[in-house]
Amino acid sequence: MNKLDAALNFHQTALRVRNQRQELLASNIANADTPQYKARDIDFKSAMQSALQQTTTGNTTANAGAMQQTNAGHMTGQASNGYVGSNSDPLFRSVVQGSVDGNTVDMDVERNAYVDNGIRYEASLTMIGGQIKKMLSAINGQQ
Amino acid sequence: MSLFNVFKISGSAMSAQSMRLNTVASNLANADSVVSSDGKPYQSKQVVFKAVQDAANQSSTVEVDRVIEDTKPGKMVYDPKHPMANADGYITMPNVNVTEEMVNMISASRAYQNNVETMNAAKTMLLKTLNIGQ
Repeated sequence: MNKLDAALNFHQTALRVRNQRQELLASNIANADTPQYKARDIDFKSAMQSALQQTTTGNTTANAGAMQQTNAGHMTGQASNGYVGSNSDPLFRSVVQGSVDGNTVDMDVERNAYVDNGIRYEASLTMIGGQIKKMLSAINGQQ
Repeated sequence: MSLFNVFKISGSAMSAQSMRLNTVASNLANADSVVSSDGKPYQSKQVVFKAVQDAANQSSTVEVDRVIEDTKPGKMVYDPKHPMANADGYITMPNVNVTEEMVNMISASRAYQNNVETMNAAKTMLLKTLNIGQ
């Protein structure tokens, strides 16, 4: 991983995990009236940790996220299309107030999480923007 | 790019909810239709939603699985002058519960609004992503 990639890697990974979580929360809101649908979410901390591990152990950004084989007996893993690995599979949300049709979506919780996740996504964007500005000013010097 | 998937997910929910709103409109409009095209009283229709999981990632879209017809018997009303009245002078009214349908209508329109807002938030996020480094 080159220095430029490494500088932006953390927030790039954070954006990817936030993206994935936003998608799951959108599914929960979309399925608010689907019988037997169970609301799901990812644990951001563990998803972020496993995603960071995947990207920092990869030698180039091309195989970032690919499973590393350090022994002949290891099975080949395939990097899923930019989604974080299996140790961050979505978990089911615990039910506070169940409904008669078996649906566990609590709209207040989901809306809250959706907005929260969106703001944190934008925070990461701002951080990346700041890093780019910092790098540009280092490149340009005192011009 | 997974934020585009949010559009797909919310879009599927919006079309499912608008189909639900369609059946509500049909039920309310036919609340007094004693005869339908098959000669029997109108039967109330309800949509059944189904979650469709995307294989590549774990998100789910919504689709209308089927439209069911309510089979509970309609209310009998005594009206001997009505052309559809039976030998005892009763007519069978459609089994549409107007109160239930109004609740259904509000629920569908609120769910639709929720998904529009979800989509708008995703759009703002995408536009901000396009402005990285500017």
